[in-house]
Amino acid sequence: MINISDNATKLNSLNRRMFILATAKIIILGGIVSRLFFLQVKENKKYLTLSDKNRIREWKLPPIRGEFQDYFGNTIAGNFEAYQLHIIPEEVEDFRYVIYRVKELLGLSEIQFKKIIKKKNEIKPWETLIVADNLNWEKFSKINNHLYDLNGVKPVISISRDYPYKENFTHVLGYVSQANENDLLTNENIKEKFVPGLKVGKTGLERSFEKKLIGSNSVERYEVNAYGRRISQLAFQKGDKGETIKLTIDTKIQELANELLKEKAGSICVMDIYTGAIIAMHSSPSFDPNSFVFGISQDEWQLIRNNPMKPLVNKSLSGNYSPGSTIKPIVALSALENEIISPDFTVQCKGHKNPLELYGQTYHCWKKEGHGFVNLREAMKQSCDTYFYEVARRLGVDKLSVTAKEFGLGKKVFKDIFDNEKKGLIPNTEWKKNALGRNWVLGETIITGIGQGFIQTTPIQLCLMTAQIANGGFKIYPKIVENNDNQYVDKFMPLYKKARNIRIVQDAMFSSTNEVRGTSYRSRLDDPKYQFAGKTGTSQVKKITERDRELDLKTFQIAYEERDHALYVAFGPYKNPRYALSIIIEHGGSGGTVAAPLAKELFKMIVDRHEIRKNYDNKKYLDI
Amino acid sequence: MYQYTRFKNQNSFFQKFGNLDYVLLSCLLILGFISLATMYSTDGGEILFHTRSHFIKFIIFFSMMIVISFINIKFWFSLGYLSYVIILGMLIWTVNFGITASGSKRWIDLYFLNIQPSELMKIFIILCLAKYFHRMKAQNVNSFYSICFSLIIIFVPMSLVIIQPDLGTSLLIAISGIVVLWFAGLNHKYFFYSCLLSIISLPIIISFLKPYQKLRVLTFLNPDRDPLGAGYQIIQSKIAVGSGGITGKGFLKGTQSYLEFLPEKHTDFIFTLFSEEFGFIGSVILLLIYAIIIYRIIRIGALSRSYFAKLFCYSFGTSIFIYIVINMSMVLGLLPIVGSPLPIMSYGGSSMLATMIGFGIVMSAKTHSEQSIA
Repeated sequence: MINISDNATKLNSLNRRMFILATAKIIILGGIVSRLFFLQVKENKKYLTLSDKNRIREWKLPPIRGEFQDYFGNTIAGNFEAYQLHIIPEEVEDFRYVIYRVKELLGLSEIQFKKIIKKKNEIKPWETLIVADNLNWEKFSKINNHLYDLNGVKPVISISRDYPYKENFTHVLGYVSQANENDLLTNENIKEKFVPGLKVGKTGLERSFEKKLIGSNSVERYEVNAYGRRISQLAFQKGDKGETIKLTIDTKIQELANELLKEKAGSICVMDIYTGAIIAMHSSPSFDPNSFVFGISQDEWQLIRNNPMKPLVNKSLSGNYSPGSTIKPIVALSALENEIISPDFTVQCKGHKNPLELYGQTYHCWKKEGHGFVNLREAMKQSCDTYFYEVARRLGVDKLSVTAKEFGLGKKVFKDIFDNEKKGLIPNTEWKKNALGRNWVLGETIITGIGQGFIQTTPIQLCLMTAQIANGGFKIYPKIVENNDNQYVDKFMPLYKKARNIRIVQDAMFSSTNEVRGTSYRSRLDDPKYQFAGKTGTSQVKKITERDRELDLKTFQIAYEERDHALYVAFGPYKNPRYALSIIIEHGGSGGTVAAPLAKELFKMIVDRHEIRKNYDNKKYLDI
Repeated sequence: MYQYTRFKNQNSFFQKFGNLDYVLLSCLLILGFISLATMYSTDGGEILFHTRSHFIKFIIFFSMMIVISFINIKFWFSLGYLSYVIILGMLIWTVNFGITASGSKRWIDLYFLNIQPSELMKIFIILCLAKYFHRMKAQNVNSFYSICFSLIIIFVPMSLVIIQPDLGTSLLIAISGIVVLWFAGLNHKYFFYSCLLSIISLPIIISFLKPYQKLRVLTFLNPDRDPLGAGYQIIQSKIAVGSGGITGKGFLKGTQSYLEFLPEKHTDFIFTLFSEEFGFIGSVILLLIYAIIIYRIIRIGALSRSYFAKLFCYSFGTSIFIYIVINMSMVLGLLPIVGSPLPIMSYGGSSMLATMIGFGIVMSAKTHSEQSIA
């Protein structure tokens, strides 16, 4: 039917077109091969990297935090093995059954249980669910005994912060807790090393030494699939533990300080007068930092927060107190140095019937009957206010403030180690003009002379002041962390003009503690080995009215908030001084009756411990 | 002479057996083996569902191909229109009663297996058009009537597949049909004009595309615009191929697929996995096998006596080539993602069935190369 020629035309056309197409096919095939070449040979490195990025994922483990040690190498903040319970939901066949069984075994409350269920719903099924982060041994072993029944439940031992001395070091060390958003924003180190559950320092040295303490993460490298599930471990890179930080504190004395301040609000600071090493620094009341490690319960937190004695405030550093009579050694020293008075300068104290009167204001001495004629030594011994009113009037506040600042008042003692440290306030005429816009009045000078009015000091400043008087008037730099650097060129620079003046003040302080009619005579220690010299202080919280003066109430008859603060500064042993201390008891009453007796207890131990400390030092050098 | 040829064409079974194209057969077997190995790798180095199912399908359909190759090419010629109509019926059936999976109705349930008629149509449209043009006089090929009729033959199944919706397969059906038209001698100017027309109407076509299809085009132009969403497939695929390097990561060691970064690794992206594990060398060898297969198909066409067999072989060979090119270009990021399987390598019964029927007819053309069709 089809004629031959027609068929031939069709076949010709067909073969011609096949030929054209075959050429095209070869070109296209070449194109595909070149594309393969481009991807697999030329760009191979790039895609290989991308493929590794796809499949390899790193997991950071929480770093092991460095420890704190006291002077003798005892661990005061360490790590302990916390018993935890982990569940990976997808590995559990019957999650409902297991979780109820765990609830039953651990005796979880409904609220805790609901929290766990909520957490479970938030995480991916192959992620770890932490059911309990700190079990006691009893419950942990109970779980272990029932493991046959608890498929997929993993008892885990993890490293966590431990403060063996509980509330003793709370204000020095601070505490650690879960890192929050704010920590991540403010600290690069934390951001870099962050893993869920990482605990970081929140206050105190834990916070300021975060960089050294935090250590470095261990890294687990896993091969993961497209959904992020771990398939196999490729590598484990062990991280370094954080640095151990050694403090100058003696735990025994610190414990004693805690003991002495029990049930009281206040602070005790003890310092080496030559090295500036802090031997003890305690603020009371304190709290147990261990409660914060795994997150504090709301009830416990409210209890601490609402305590009227303010356990959260580190009173040693951030308590601003009127120094009261404890400022008198500085007033006396300043007057002597400026040659305003001689040690023989005498003032008559006439008692309450005949107070000092100035521009219509009256200034009373604390003693109703008056002290009569007193010279510097007597005035210091009996803490005669009238005498110091007169000295301050003659001295003027500006000269006083220069000496006070030289001896460490009105500025931070530990530069920037503690972020909650307060500067205190040493007023002068210029300050008042700038800060309050009003001129200084003479009456303010007079009350500054007995440590009242604008003047504010922290307990650690008073301690430093006493230490620098005790060491003969040389500049020292307090330290709480043991290090050998001598970064201060002006260390041991004399702060006095005449060394004799320092000795006069020391002697006056000696008389105050060790001679009859001295304000802290009852707290003296007669053994020259322990004998110390000090100065009491009683700082008023509110102005004493005429009515109060007439009533002359005993401390316990006054409302707690209105009672005076009791202060005491001292150094010892007197013959060969080595340590200075400051004691403050908030609303304790009179410094002589409340604060000074604590110094007696402290010095007994401080002097005894000094031997041990010296031996420990010597042994340390022998070891080298 | 007529008598002689007729006599000669009544080949005995053994003669037919000897006339099989063994190069093509062995290439297909090698390809089948490669595809099985790759499927084994997609199953994570275990013989699981995909491997087993692929193996069974390959064995059944390969045997079927052998059987088909013993059937006289005349039979297929006579079946040309009928089979087309049957598949068309199946397509209509699919539109109404098909099984819906991942948003489109593509399969019909035949109780013992689910079949995808659109895949079969890729082959039977060639058969149908080859028969149509076999009978036609050379001067009539470019007549208005024949062009219209052949276009209808192409457009009806194409539109039935589009509404499934399955743009990829419908395009492949259209391409198969157009290839036959081109071989049949349709004037070049028509192709030129229709190309021009489609380029002009491209904006209109794009406006008709479904949102996800538009996304695919946009993703193709810039895969990084949504690396975890629409661009994920192509980015991961390129990473897999690229990281394979010259020699590949080794059998069963393709991390991209093993760790489930690769999408659709059994079907459209099987080449990615192969290429990751066997590298540039392996990929070129695979391409070479395909090239040999296509060459053999065309050679069989060239040796055939009848115009129908020639047309079928050329068109089938070209179509297979185009499927391969489209699939690989898509996987290598040269074309937007359209669902198109890699012949024989990809998992999928209907695709394998259609391909094997095609090879069977080609093989039948070989064994009956002296057969002329009136």
